[in-house]
Amino acid sequence: MKRLGQILFFLGVLVICPLACGPDTDPFDDLMSDGFDRKEMLVHWADNVIIPAFASYAHATDALKTSAVNFGLALDEDSLLKLKEHWLDAVKKWQGVSMFDIGMAEQISLRDFSNIYPVDVEMIENHISTGQYNLELPSTRVAQGLQALDYLLYANQDIERVLADFDDQRRRQYLQAVVERLDSLAQQVLDHWQSGYREAFISTDGSSATSSVDKLTNDFLFYFEKFLRAGKVGIPAGVFSNTVLPDRVEGYYSQRYSRSFTELGLNATVDFFIGKSYDGDVNGPSLEDYINHVTAQNGTRDLTLVILEQWDKARQAIESLDPNLTRQIENNNVQMLKAYDELQKAVVLLKVEMLQALNIQVDFVDADGD
Amino acid sequence: MIAERYWNKTVEAAPLAVFRFLFGLLMLLSIIRFASYGWIDKLYFDPIFHFHYYGFEWVTVPPTWLCYGLFALCGISAIAVALGWHYHQSIVIFFLSFSYIELMDKSTYLNHYYFISVVSFLLIFLPANRYWSYDVKQGRILASNRVRAWQVDAIKVLVTIVYFYAGLAKINEDWLCRAMPMSIWMPGKLSITGLGDLMHQRWVHYFFSWCGMLYDITIAWLLWYRPTRKFAFFLVIIFHLLTALMFPIGMFPYIMILAASIFFSASHHERFLGFVNKWLPMHVNTVTDAVLAPIWTKWIVLIVLLLQLVFPWRYLWSHGDLHWEESAYRFGWRVMLHEKTGDAQFRILNKSTGQFFYVQNNDFLTPLQRKEMSTQADFIWEYARMLERHFVGQGHSDLAIYVDSHASLNGRAVQTFVDGTIDLLSIEKPCELYRYIQPLEDD
Repeated sequence: MKRLGQILFFLGVLVICPLACGPDTDPFDDLMSDGFDRKEMLVHWADNVIIPAFASYAHATDALKTSAVNFGLALDEDSLLKLKEHWLDAVKKWQGVSMFDIGMAEQISLRDFSNIYPVDVEMIENHISTGQYNLELPSTRVAQGLQALDYLLYANQDIERVLADFDDQRRRQYLQAVVERLDSLAQQVLDHWQSGYREAFISTDGSSATSSVDKLTNDFLFYFEKFLRAGKVGIPAGVFSNTVLPDRVEGYYSQRYSRSFTELGLNATVDFFIGKSYDGDVNGPSLEDYINHVTAQNGTRDLTLVILEQWDKARQAIESLDPNLTRQIENNNVQMLKAYDELQKAVVLLKVEMLQALNIQVDFVDADGD
Repeated sequence: MIAERYWNKTVEAAPLAVFRFLFGLLMLLSIIRFASYGWIDKLYFDPIFHFHYYGFEWVTVPPTWLCYGLFALCGISAIAVALGWHYHQSIVIFFLSFSYIELMDKSTYLNHYYFISVVSFLLIFLPANRYWSYDVKQGRILASNRVRAWQVDAIKVLVTIVYFYAGLAKINEDWLCRAMPMSIWMPGKLSITGLGDLMHQRWVHYFFSWCGMLYDITIAWLLWYRPTRKFAFFLVIIFHLLTALMFPIGMFPYIMILAASIFFSASHHERFLGFVNKWLPMHVNTVTDAVLAPIWTKWIVLIVLLLQLVFPWRYLWSHGDLHWEESAYRFGWRVMLHEKTGDAQFRILNKSTGQFFYVQNNDFLTPLQRKEMSTQADFIWEYARMLERHFVGQGHSDLAIYVDSHASLNGRAVQTFVDGTIDLLSIEKPCELYRYIQPLEDD
């Protein structure tokens, strides 16, 4: 019994000590309070970055919906230009939310339904002529979303011809259906964030593979590697195929925006990393701070500086490209490949050094560190 | 002769019976846990490609129903082992089914899976069902409360090797002088318990590194020595519960706590059995002290333990850095020892046209497989072979495959891993690729 008493006492001390020595009452406060507050970072991400980004995107898809209705009624040049303007705004806002594939966005495959390219023109035309389609089917991902609108609005450069095409009631209906679906997906994700998911997101502040920090960091990296580096640049430049694929750029039919979408994607990446709020007013706790916090103590190199420098090089390489990436690829693909290389170098830094520094778990499985 | 006397020495059978019982239960729990997380699908059916151990390429993932059946078989045999019901058949089935599962994909390698395989192999040759089991209750074998001392010591020696070797492995510059990878692992941990701030302290990383090493080196000896045994077991519990809280290492802590309990004297185990026997009566009235172990089993046990002593040292014959090259890293009780991350991009070249393209690894590998593949040369080699089969199947020919690979070990700056100018397909065996790993450079 005596021994049991000792053990209980010892366990008691173990439990009480950290409670009693909490940051509020601890005389060695300065010594102890250098911990990085993951929760604070999650709150900043949710309130100042992710939710405003989705709100802004959902606002844009809503405006797009209105202008599509107006276009259907008026069917004139002015309303078409307005519609194109709102489409462009929505694609630009999309670049700010694409990486946040978490919660409802992940559940409903927001990215796959909203911005897949290249689109399947045959399927789109078939949908229009038959009037038979169910846009909730995964197989119809390539016939809807922002890039399907790119085709519908820009496939024909001649405005008169576009207006003539939309004289067809069925084409107008399809435009309406695509826009409505796009908007409803966006609203769904925004509603979810605003009706409780924010709290779930910030309360999962641990450090396992299912915690919000690990999950969002993995999403962030996956976005950068697959959708920015490969999707926007590498695939059309032919990095993953035997030949160049200039028709695989984002915004292929509108032609002149493909470079700017890439730049916006990179901006969103960098902004998230440095913790810039969506409206640009505040810089909150970020991955950059977190890395600095961790590496400051173990004497490794200034990783965040290296990463930011690499992104600068990538940005310069992208800025030197033709605004129309299709034309760039056809005329001088070497420059496109150069941009890809700079992005790939950043991938290596993020995947190898950032993930290690932050000890991000890549997946929810047992691991014993080998 | 001393050896003769030792081989014939007998001890009480209770510790072995308790070990059998708890081992079986924990294994059942492990299988249930594994299945309930959906890991059977995630690790064996989601991937379109599996990495194999050299020499075990014939171990493949069976069709869905058969694979689920294999897990069920493994779980059921674990129950049978716990109960000592047709023990010898059950433990053989458990060993075979568990080891088969373990060998199906190399990217799931864990030291504690290997430990379970070794323990269950040893158990095949130990009479763990002679006491308090269904086999004696149902009269299949004669109950005996004595077993030979070596039959209990075998488990203790294995546990000693595991701990001591894990400790020896921690005696390296990164672990002790740089507190690596503890400095990477600890920040962000234990925040729920209020200890989160401590986990960022530099001195805490050093403290845990050194304590971990000292614990591993000494704990087995403290368990052997009766006066320190209870204190040692207390340390075992604290240490492993702490690691369970901090690291995603699954069942490992509980398995080691169980394994350490075998050091207790028979009277403790008797009391435990008396307690459990109320719910699960397996005691019988007539118990002899006859020991009938076939004598040849001791040689097998001895060989297994000698192999365990020798095998981890095979790295002395490899030329590069143990942690960077990893040619002799696994199967050596190197548990939670380093942190390595990497990225590997594969370039597929058509040798006759000079055209090339890169592979999107997401298309072929799961996140776990990508992580393992990008830092280990044998995975890179096998993946290249798999890519060759895939692209040849698509009609490509005359291929060469190169890898742009980068890795980082224990917080060092990223550096080139495998020589990017070597055609991976020109390398016949995975072990030959180790020669093309670039030497590790310190910052």
